[in-house]
Amino acid sequence: MSHDSLEHRNKRTLRKLLIWALAMFGFAFAMVPFYDVICDITGLNGKTSSTASTEGPARTVEDRTVTVEFITQRGQGVNGDFMSATRRVKVHPGEITLVNFYASNPKTSQIVTQSIPSVTPGEAARYLHKTQCFCFDQQTLGAGERKEMPMIFYLDPELPDHITTLTLSYTIFDVTDRVAATNDTVINNNAVAQ
Amino acid sequence: MSTAAAAHDDHHHHAPTGLKRWLFSTNHKDIGTLYLWFSFIMFLVGGLLAMVIRTELLEPGMQFVDPEFFNQMTTVHGLAMVFGAVMPGFVGFANWMIPLMIGAPDMALPRMNNWSFWILPFAFLILLSSVFMSAFGAGHPSAPNFGWTFYAPLSTEYGPASTDLFILSVHMMGISSIMGAINVIVTVFNLRAPGMTLMKMPLFVWTWLITAFLLIAVMPVLAGAVTMMLTDRHFGTSFFSAAGGGDPVLFQHVFWFFGHPEVYIMILPAFGIVSSIIPTFARKQLFGYASMVYATASIALLSFVVWAHHMFTVGMPLAGTLFFMYMTMLISVPTGVKVFNWVATMWRGSMTFELPMKWAIAFVILFTCGGLSGLMLAITPVDFQYHDTYFVVAHFHYVLVTGAVFSMFAAAYYWLPKWSGVMPNKLLGELHFWSSLLSVNLLFFPMHFVGLAGMPRRYADYALQFADYNFWISIGGFWFGLSQLFFLAVCLLCAMKKGEKAAARPWDGAEGLEWEVPSPAPFHTFETPPVVK
Repeated sequence: MSHDSLEHRNKRTLRKLLIWALAMFGFAFAMVPFYDVICDITGLNGKTSSTASTEGPARTVEDRTVTVEFITQRGQGVNGDFMSATRRVKVHPGEITLVNFYASNPKTSQIVTQSIPSVTPGEAARYLHKTQCFCFDQQTLGAGERKEMPMIFYLDPELPDHITTLTLSYTIFDVTDRVAATNDTVINNNAVAQ
Repeated sequence: MSTAAAAHDDHHHHAPTGLKRWLFSTNHKDIGTLYLWFSFIMFLVGGLLAMVIRTELLEPGMQFVDPEFFNQMTTVHGLAMVFGAVMPGFVGFANWMIPLMIGAPDMALPRMNNWSFWILPFAFLILLSSVFMSAFGAGHPSAPNFGWTFYAPLSTEYGPASTDLFILSVHMMGISSIMGAINVIVTVFNLRAPGMTLMKMPLFVWTWLITAFLLIAVMPVLAGAVTMMLTDRHFGTSFFSAAGGGDPVLFQHVFWFFGHPEVYIMILPAFGIVSSIIPTFARKQLFGYASMVYATASIALLSFVVWAHHMFTVGMPLAGTLFFMYMTMLISVPTGVKVFNWVATMWRGSMTFELPMKWAIAFVILFTCGGLSGLMLAITPVDFQYHDTYFVVAHFHYVLVTGAVFSMFAAAYYWLPKWSGVMPNKLLGELHFWSSLLSVNLLFFPMHFVGLAGMPRRYADYALQFADYNFWISIGGFWFGLSQLFFLAVCLLCAMKKGEKAAARPWDGAEGLEWEVPSPAPFHTFETPPVVK
């Protein structure tokens, strides 16, 4: 019992509680990948897959028509045009469709952009497959350039029946600074490596 | 006896005087006093900021401040009240009362106790200094202007330079709260007097024990959220930046995972206080002690699975919406148990209405009002209409002002005799109570109406049809603010020991170990633990 003095017990409880506090700090960061997983499963944030779909549609459901609407928004720092060639298309699930988007850069310097997709309702996000999209990579726009950016998609034939309209929204961000910062780091790292 | 005790005191306590007594204090009573004064000062500072808000909203149109400054006022008001007034206030009561209530000589970790208090004034110096940044030419806008919830990307990509001061100060407050909470848990676990089993502890100790666990569980999550903000702002990460592959909505999930337990952190100790006061003045045992303990624990557990009810309008799958809606409604069950128990305690009791009892009864009624509007907000389709309107402002001010703050007034009037040795001035106390009770309802009740009619929160201006209500709301606000000067006078009189001398047990129905020691409580108490039968 002697080693179980009050001071000893206090320290033991203190240690346990400190570990718990640190674990909860870690938990906050663990929420980030956990959130991504939940989003993938439930479509919570409406994000579509960030990689091209390699398989084509299994079949086309000719007797069902779904409306797909397109919305484009400019994020912070982008002041050029960003729009889709069409506002709305009617497609059959499984039908491969091409929609062109346009972005322009009125600035006198080159910018690097990244477009972020989002689907409403969120649960439809994982039924929207893209075989080609400008959002998969960063797009460089030269000074004064206007660029045509194709996006090819099809809807999964398994798309739940109650979804008759879905909206695909793109927000374009200017990530020039972000890219420059990353390149600097790479250059610095290389310098260190050499 | 007194000389012997004094000699004994001198022997192992080199009672420092003046500033050193407070700076280096490891005594739970002194630190409790520091916390309580700090909390009251922050309450007045936060109140002043609210007066700026209400002055601008007195009439429609822009009169006194520009919208940018108005946003800074709402932000800093919220932060000062939540982290500066309510949380440290309850820690102050815990410091003073928990050792006295469980028969312990002091808090278990007295040096950490000193540290956890003294971090706070610096944290708030940093936060409040941000209001004056642009006056010294350092950045515009001056203070954080994104609301106390600091949603990304408003606080990350669009936040002013002083956002970094805010991040540092939140980190410091978090460390302070976590240390305070650890201290409470270690004290309650290891320092209870012989015979003081867990199920014999006063409810204030119980509610604080559960609150402390909540604090340790969620304050680190808040620290994580502001750390992510910091790295997003300066170190090129993209936790909350859509452009870099992150998601601003993630911020809301992380924040409210902290934020919802946080609102219970601010109310559970209030439940404990009211559960101590009502039996005293009803002269009956608390009805359903065990059910109170279990209800508190259930509320605490449920608080971890309701966070997304703050973000129904962000959009989520139907199943998620329903889950969070039902879980939120479920909280009204244990809360209902509590309200029932308080009423049942008063039922056929020999009630008298001394000042602490008046505040406690006002708490029960008005907190229940706030709880009911919370239940309305829990209903998802209804929330879509109420979200971000003054109805929400009315709701959380009813639970926080007439809830948490009223309970602290009740506690102050109840325990001031024990702390100071003199009874709080009755006349000033009555004026404080009645003046606050009337003004607080004039201040917050009409907010329900303008909210239901669609007045959004966090705007420096409003549509003309809300003018009359807002005029009266502002009058209520000024009146409530001024009423607190009565309380300041009460506290100063007690601190100067002016007033009727208090007996060891000044309230004749009061039970508990804290009333076994003389009033004012000597510097050292329960050095030999009492035996609880």
